[in-house]
Amino acid sequence: MTPLALLVTLLGLSTVAFWIGKSHSLATVGGKSGVRSLHSLPGHYGLLAAAWCALPALVVIGLWLAFQDAILVKLVTAHLPESVRALSPAQFSLVLNDVRNVVAGNVPASSVDANSAAAAAEYLHLRSISRVALTALALSIGVLAIIFVRRRIVPEMRARNQVERIVEWLLLGCSTFAIFTTIGIVASVLFEALRFFAQVSPWEFLTGTVWSPQTAIRADQVGSSGAFGAVPLFAGTLLISAIAMVVAVPTGLFAAVYLAEYAHPKFRTWTKPFLEILAGVPTVVYGFFAALTVGPALRGWGEGMGLSVASESALAAGLVMGIMIIPFVSSLADDMITAVPQSLRDGAYALGATKSETIRQVVFRAALPGIVGGVLLAVSRAIGETMIVVMAAGLAANLTANPLEAVTTVTVQIVTLLVGDQEFDSPKTLAAFALGLVLFVATLALNVLALHIVRKYREQYE
Amino acid sequence: MERVQTEPVAIPKPAARTSQVLLVTDRDKTVGTITVPDPVFKCRDVNVHYGDKHAIKNVSIEIARNQVLAMIGPSGCGKSTFLRCLNRMNDTIPSAVVTGSITLDDQDIHDKRQDVVQLRARVGMVFQKPNPFPKSIYENVAYGPRIHGLAGDRVELDEIVHTSLQRAGLWEEVKDRLNQPGTSLSGGQQQRLCIARTIAVNPEVILMDEPCSALDPIATARIEDLMEELRQSYAICIVTHSMQQAARVSQRTAYFHLGDLIEVGETDRIFTNPRHKLTEDYITGRFG
Ligand SMILES: Nc1ncnc2c1ncn2[C@@H]1O[C@H](COP(=O)(O)OP(=O)(O)OP(=O)(O)O)[C@@H](O)[C@H]1O
Ligand SMILES: [Mg+2]
Repeated sequence: MTPLALLVTLLGLSTVAFWIGKSHSLATVGGKSGVRSLHSLPGHYGLLAAAWCALPALVVIGLWLAFQDAILVKLVTAHLPESVRALSPAQFSLVLNDVRNVVAGNVPASSVDANSAAAAAEYLHLRSISRVALTALALSIGVLAIIFVRRRIVPEMRARNQVERIVEWLLLGCSTFAIFTTIGIVASVLFEALRFFAQVSPWEFLTGTVWSPQTAIRADQVGSSGAFGAVPLFAGTLLISAIAMVVAVPTGLFAAVYLAEYAHPKFRTWTKPFLEILAGVPTVVYGFFAALTVGPALRGWGEGMGLSVASESALAAGLVMGIMIIPFVSSLADDMITAVPQSLRDGAYALGATKSETIRQVVFRAALPGIVGGVLLAVSRAIGETMIVVMAAGLAANLTANPLEAVTTVTVQIVTLLVGDQEFDSPKTLAAFALGLVLFVATLALNVLALHIVRKYREQYE
Repeated sequence: MERVQTEPVAIPKPAARTSQVLLVTDRDKTVGTITVPDPVFKCRDVNVHYGDKHAIKNVSIEIARNQVLAMIGPSGCGKSTFLRCLNRMNDTIPSAVVTGSITLDDQDIHDKRQDVVQLRARVGMVFQKPNPFPKSIYENVAYGPRIHGLAGDRVELDEIVHTSLQRAGLWEEVKDRLNQPGTSLSGGQQQRLCIARTIAVNPEVILMDEPCSALDPIATARIEDLMEELRQSYAICIVTHSMQQAARVSQRTAYFHLGDLIEVGETDRIFTNPRHKLTEDYITGRFG
């Protein structure tokens, strides 16, 4: 049986186990009338039986499949002729590749040499044996487990508590999985970044002001020395994020204040979805809006006023990114403002404060920590945003504070470094990981700070 | 179905009752004198609806200067609602509709020319639950004087804050920590801070909605002393669930029942010689 068919069979088996557990538990107390003398509901006994049937078998299947390939390859290569096994590791891996391609059905067996074809045939043979063995093992574990549990079902058995514990373990398993994935991603970025820092000093990376990552592929090439001073990228990122925040924070906050405090409830129910649509627009759409509409328009206006505006400018990217972030800021701020207890507003009104005084001096003041948290989250969003800047901000690593010039950002450079065919050990490619690490650390720090502030704020009123 | 007609059960009268006059049971008319010699507020036929809910029904009452009026009645009878009519706090509840006439010093408070902000500066309110602003203790008290421009300079403002806190009986406890947040105080201290905040604006009337419901007896006694002191210069309206408190601090008492003002009169008279059956049931603890 293929693994998929096996899983489906196992599912069927555990369904059977469920019914056996359920009906047997009832049988031990003499049918439906005796339910009250069972410790748990019959369904709990069923669930327990199903879990006992499926979980150990699943573990076995998982482990088996995880190691199957490695073991089979070992066995197959052991049978290859001496001449093949003596090949250099690089050539040997080519042979193995052939074998795998034949096994996967990517190439016909006739197109590879005889040794590989034989090895592939052996691999397939061994694999079918392995599958039969696995099927037999897993299903018999399942059946044995059913028999075992059925024996153990007695009215006093605390099936409900045991099901509870199994659920707890399942939840733990899922969260562990999520945590380990995160750790894995971070670790892979970290290791590649360390490899980069082995070739380029961190000091140069963090303080250098020239960014030109083209390294020479051949020694005789000219003009491609490779300079990895990332300061222009940081500056570009900060510039664009700052422009975005200048657009998004006031607009978002005022929109939130209007919606939360002034707007008629009807208006509010109509407007909120629109803001949410704004948040749902794919960033690539914002990107071409920035590149095709806002950028040229800015250049046109600039010319009209005698300014020279690059057609890809920090301003265009920042403005559009700001628009993208508005709903983010406004919905967070709206939540924070509506979370301010009405009693505080009443307190201010009862002292004779006007509506705007109440909002500015009391409501806003109370919501401020939460709003600051929300804004920090928005900043980290802006720093990590890629698509808009790729399309609208340009690639030139200018170190400038002039928003009318083209700049580039950390995310844009990561994209350009990794797009296309790359060697995976040149500093040029590895630089992307170093940049990724910086980005990760920066946004992580902002998020932690923001969450901390938001949480502190929540505690104040709860 | 069979209906059993039972005779009304005779209820033993309170010991203090001397007259043998039959108690009033009609709920539509307020028993007692609603007028006072020197009224601040005059309310006539006030009705409040929350959507379909008729929360205050035809209430007419006057509130006297330099007196404490206690409002008592079972939970949900509309005490808070009525209190909130007096400084138009019901305006902040979208579903609330207030009709009838309420005058403050013979000026209709619902008049178009009435500035509601000014009204609330004249009629201060202390809420049932302390609600200090998320500002320092000093700023909490200084807030009202600031927005109304009551202090010419910082020295005057300091003086207002000082005397307000002192009168609310909080000064000794907070004089060294005026810059700490108002929310860092204990519940009773917060309540006194809110009272200080209210009197700092120098209102002519102070409305207090169960100001002592969360306080220990010592703090309660302090606030009751404060009320007695404040009464010399203000008119005070207090909602309370404690009959003893009503008897201790008030000169007049109003009894509400399901939105009706059932009985109003001198506190001594209400507690010794109630004329309405519902009032008697309530103050003798036979209600509910
Ligand atoms: N915002 C509101 N919307 C709708 N109905 C309300 C609202 N506020 C109060 N009510 C209703 O009006 C009636 C009077 O309420 P109110 O708060 O004035 O009672 P209360 O006498 O102060 O009670 P308590 O002693 O429990 O504070 C109650 O039946 C209540 O359900
Ligand atoms: Mg109330």
